[in-house]
Amino acid sequence: MAFMKRHETLERHSLLLTVGILIVVAIGGLVEIAPLFYLDNTIEKVQGMRPYTPLELKGRNIYIREGCYVCHSQMVRPLRDEVERYGHYSLAAESMYDHPFQWGSKRTGPDLARVGGKYSDEWHLDHLTEPKSVVPESVMPPYAFLLTKKLRLDGIEDHLKTLRLAGVPYTDDMIANAKADLIAQASPGADYDTEDALVARYEAASGRKGTVKISDFDRNPATITEMDALIAYLQMTGTLVDFSTYEADDLNNRR
Amino acid sequence: MTDHKPDIDEVSGVETTGHSWDGIKELNTPLPRWWLFILYSTIVWAVIYMIFMPAIPALPGMGYTNTLGLRGHSDRALVAQDIAKLHTERNAASAKLLGASLSQIETDLDLQQFALAMGESAFGDNCATCHGAGGRGAKGYPMLADDVWLWDGTLTGIETTIRHGIRHMEDPATRLNAMPAFGRDGLLATSEIDDLVQYVLNISGREAAADAVNRAAPVFAQQCVVCHGADGKGNRALGAPNLTDRDWLFGGEPRDIQQTIFNARNAHMPAWQGRLDDATIKSLAVYVHSLGGGEK
Repeated sequence: MAFMKRHETLERHSLLLTVGILIVVAIGGLVEIAPLFYLDNTIEKVQGMRPYTPLELKGRNIYIREGCYVCHSQMVRPLRDEVERYGHYSLAAESMYDHPFQWGSKRTGPDLARVGGKYSDEWHLDHLTEPKSVVPESVMPPYAFLLTKKLRLDGIEDHLKTLRLAGVPYTDDMIANAKADLIAQASPGADYDTEDALVARYEAASGRKGTVKISDFDRNPATITEMDALIAYLQMTGTLVDFSTYEADDLNNRR
Repeated sequence: MTDHKPDIDEVSGVETTGHSWDGIKELNTPLPRWWLFILYSTIVWAVIYMIFMPAIPALPGMGYTNTLGLRGHSDRALVAQDIAKLHTERNAASAKLLGASLSQIETDLDLQQFALAMGESAFGDNCATCHGAGGRGAKGYPMLADDVWLWDGTLTGIETTIRHGIRHMEDPATRLNAMPAFGRDGLLATSEIDDLVQYVLNISGREAAADAVNRAAPVFAQQCVVCHGADGKGNRALGAPNLTDRDWLFGGEPRDIQQTIFNARNAHMPAWQGRLDDATIKSLAVYVHSLGGGEK
């Protein structure tokens, strides 16, 4: 292996060594940095995705705060049994507004990527309050305290602005009306104009009807609680993308 | 430079690196052959893998996201194939199931077994979360394993309920009624509601305060009979429950009944059309129908 002993040549000429180091570091850098420029490639072109509404966003924060991700993943993998049980496998596009994403790698409870709309609000309320009341074999702890914790609204505009810096397309309109939108989504019938404005704003971003659900999620019209926010978030998960227009066979969508 | 004489260590007979620190030299022992072999094979494997499998990201606008590799492997294409295969396997039986009437399913044993097996598995995945294992139900979630039906207990009726849900407002064909919240919305006074509770206890065959029942009779006739009927036996066409039996979806204790009249319940069952395919919905209907009395 005479070739392997040539390193002496490199080691004895400092200029040659410097050039050699530069080349090696450049290759390493290229391999690590270049793919970042093609990130857009990995996100499928889909219809229906929109930024989360302020209430859903608050719910997502509670989801993260309470560590739901420790037991629940949010990614249906492209395997037959998973698609049969949970629905269409998750797309990269479905978590493009997630900072951070909630894919997860361990399931103590079921995957939640497509739980939105699967059960009623009442079920989520009962289940989060006392999981064993509806699923006796459940090992999930109760989250009844969410019902009595008033949702904090301060800073929601800043939260949207921060996410915009990270690339989530919140419009000025969405940011300016964040607080009103948040209240409207959890108070059906309170003010129809605000409700319509909320729906119009987020459906325009989605390009699809029926992606904003307005409901008194915790069945307590008097206050907007953390329960409202969490259920609003859960009822939205996995429902945004329009799979009737998604072309799985397109080469751009192959993985 | 490479032609200088290698410095051999006297004790071990192995070449040294040629450097000396305070008279201490370092042996230049070559790496074991097996180790080098594994290192080089992994490099060769990586090159082969890149040729055969998807590996290198494509530039934007090239029409695909990465090199496809000679094998053209795609997890997403594979799962699509798997599912297509599954559907082909199921198709013969499920096509038969879709067109079958209740009597056909009851007489064709193979079809019945197929529908029940498919229905039971889909029930466990989707329905048992609310309706409980085996359809035993819970407070607020109807028991499906008895012969009490709020809307319709026939096979087609159950299928309609699964397909369109109950009070699922996004579906225009959903089963819909709305009991008013008599207390919350101020339609009745609290005392009138308390009297009505006694009235309902009375018609469901339990002990009740006679004077309260008498006071409530005209209120019941005015507010409740439209849906629940003059005798309180309910009306399936409207989904109005029978108040004279011992089956209570939201609890039959005086306090529960008071809550129901005061706030109304109006629970929601999501529509499953779109989420589940037609054959699965039909098999679920057959399964649920088999649990609950088998109404014709």
